[in-house]
Amino acid sequence: MIDFKKPEGIERQVAQITNVAVQVMRPAARYFDEHEHERPWDFINAMWESGARAGYRGRQARAASPDYGNVETLTADSPARYRNLLMMHTIEALSWGDAGMYLSSPGGNLGGAAIEAVGTPEQKERFLTRFSEGEPKWGAMAMTEPQAGSDTARIATTARRSEDGKEWILNGEKIFVTGGYMAGEASSGLIVVWATVDPTAGRAGMKSFVVEGGTPGMTVARLEKKHGIRASDTAAINFVDCHIPFDNILGSPEVHQAGAGNKGFAGAMKTFDATRPAVAAGAIGIARASLEFVKEHLEKQGRAVRYDAPYHQQTAVERDVLRMEAQLKAAWLLVLRAASQMDEGLSNPLEASMSKTKAGEAVTWITQKAVEILGPEGYSCKNLVEKWMRDAKINDLYEGTGQINRLIVARRLLGYSSKELQ
Amino acid sequence: MISFQPTEDQKLVIETIRRYVKERVVKARHDSDENRALPAALVAEGWGLGLLAGWIPEEYGGLGEPHSAVSAALYAEELAAGDLSLGLHLLTPALVGLPVLRYGTAEQRKRYLPALAEDTFPALTAAWNEPKWDFDPLKLRTTARREGDGYVLDGHKALVPLAENAVTILVYAAEEGTTQAFLVSRNTAGLTVGPREKNMGLQALATHELHLEACRVPAEARLGGAEGIQASHLLAFSRVGLGALAVGLSRAALEYAMNYAKERQAFGRAIAQFQSIAFMIAEMAIEVDAARLMVWEAAWELDEGNESLQASALAKNYCDEVALQVADRSVQILGGHGYIREHPVELFLRNARAFAVINGLGII
Repeated sequence: MIDFKKPEGIERQVAQITNVAVQVMRPAARYFDEHEHERPWDFINAMWESGARAGYRGRQARAASPDYGNVETLTADSPARYRNLLMMHTIEALSWGDAGMYLSSPGGNLGGAAIEAVGTPEQKERFLTRFSEGEPKWGAMAMTEPQAGSDTARIATTARRSEDGKEWILNGEKIFVTGGYMAGEASSGLIVVWATVDPTAGRAGMKSFVVEGGTPGMTVARLEKKHGIRASDTAAINFVDCHIPFDNILGSPEVHQAGAGNKGFAGAMKTFDATRPAVAAGAIGIARASLEFVKEHLEKQGRAVRYDAPYHQQTAVERDVLRMEAQLKAAWLLVLRAASQMDEGLSNPLEASMSKTKAGEAVTWITQKAVEILGPEGYSCKNLVEKWMRDAKINDLYEGTGQINRLIVARRLLGYSSKELQ
Repeated sequence: MISFQPTEDQKLVIETIRRYVKERVVKARHDSDENRALPAALVAEGWGLGLLAGWIPEEYGGLGEPHSAVSAALYAEELAAGDLSLGLHLLTPALVGLPVLRYGTAEQRKRYLPALAEDTFPALTAAWNEPKWDFDPLKLRTTARREGDGYVLDGHKALVPLAENAVTILVYAAEEGTTQAFLVSRNTAGLTVGPREKNMGLQALATHELHLEACRVPAEARLGGAEGIQASHLLAFSRVGLGALAVGLSRAALEYAMNYAKERQAFGRAIAQFQSIAFMIAEMAIEVDAARLMVWEAAWELDEGNESLQASALAKNYCDEVALQVADRSVQILGGHGYIREHPVELFLRNARAFAVINGLGII
């Protein structure tokens, strides 16, 4: 039945996170924007302690996954039935607090998501348990290289088997690794690294490998200085003869011939089905913060936005704000749909990319508009609105640019392969 | 619990409408537009689907199911994916039916609801719109003045569907500053149905202007009796219904353009294989889906008993824009061929522009 009622579990969680957002995140947001390479430890520790309990890529989330119990026997309102919807709401609320700090949250993050999507039960146990034990830890994903962005088939990092066959040896350079420093160097976390086992095989040779934090041969070469989301580190990472156990490969080590399927690349795509709506949810939190700021500001000035004014009576600002709100809602509903499909065990690559495309563009526009409407007050660093505009832009870039996501949507709709529609 | 799945019952009705649309409506669409008339048999068959009888109480011959704005939105989308004029025509009786169901006195329900469960198409319509650029559905120029034991209506209405053959017209008018509605017999002195309107689109739907000059109606004509109606609530239903129709039209435009782009060859391949076209298609599809979800949410709020004032307003404006944008893109994808009336996309564009204008219709 078509229904928009949030389960109580989601309402409760959003209320808790909003509390954290107001008390811990918002007051520190400007500081960590201005002190780019310092980490928000108060927030990190708070998240680590509550994170597992909140099911945010922690113990609860894993316990609710089909491998850890029979979903069929769960009650109708069990959080396991809506864990993806819960995650979207969690991410949205955290990003509403501060997108940079949200991205610095400890947990498996994108690396954990990849392992959850394609790892064996043994790998999930070996790699994911750490995210609910001991000190804060991070997971990350390393895909992009200096010469390979959207064109992931150009990835040049290599993984070759050691002579005794017991290890993989990684060599190459990765950039734009979100949380790469925290995952690879500052904690005993892990990084899921994409590399080719056969440079002549194109996408068929592409596989993902789990490299644990502190593994010799993996070094953080530099931390980027960014337009926004500065509370989160974005690392360039070098791999020089980095040895990892053979069993750290996610999926099959076989290189399939063209036309015989493409497990490595398909694995990455499957991960994106979950992470794209998650990125979109984060985007929406930022845009909601901006929109609420604008609306409250206008209300204080005695210019509350009217929803019922006929077209000819609306002010230009009202029209803008109503458009912003409609765009925000449209994008959010697309995210919820993609998440709901995951909860129902349905395949969602089309809907995942749709939500990401829409959210990336909508939040960019909404946050830019917010600065415009507020004028000098919006542009000023006295308020967070200008920061939100900078934070928002990343969402139309990472986890697939708006263009790549349009391409994916178009291919799916038209039934074209990546060769037929380039 | 958040879910985007229609019920099995809803899916069955959707399938039934789709069959009707595919086998009958789409084939008649072009000629209906050119001839400015819908084939009587097509209307009879559409009415025979019984889409409105479900929520008519059993005592009045219906199935007695609760009215659902979500179901209405699902079905309206399917009809408009065939032909917007036909969809608006078939749903016109609901312009009286739903307000009477929601607000009517016992007498009014007994008098007007049975017709919606009958086999013959009911001669009922409503007049809310007025022919002014600054039309405001909640601040009408048409007035209702209490006089003696009745009311006197004065004003000028436009875009009244099927007015020529209507037996009863629900006329919206400002009564002491608030919008109320009056069930007016077609033959009441002072009520004149103007000639058939000629508009850019919706050519197959017969719409008329309406003149009310010292039009005297009895007190029982006031919808809801002494308590009257809450017009903003009915307006929310109108927004949801029109939004759903806009989604249907947009979907039809998207599908037509998509199929064309896969067939049409240029520079050695299908034009859909060029990013400039493929990206347009991707964006159109995203917007159609987003618009649909906005409508569903607003409809769901109504079904939950909320007024849905904000959600329905946001959804309606969004759908207006999406319909126009998607219809325009569909013409663009067909290029010069899209401008020729042989293809339906220019009709979609003419019809899409109506949504921002036809406030007050679509109460379903």
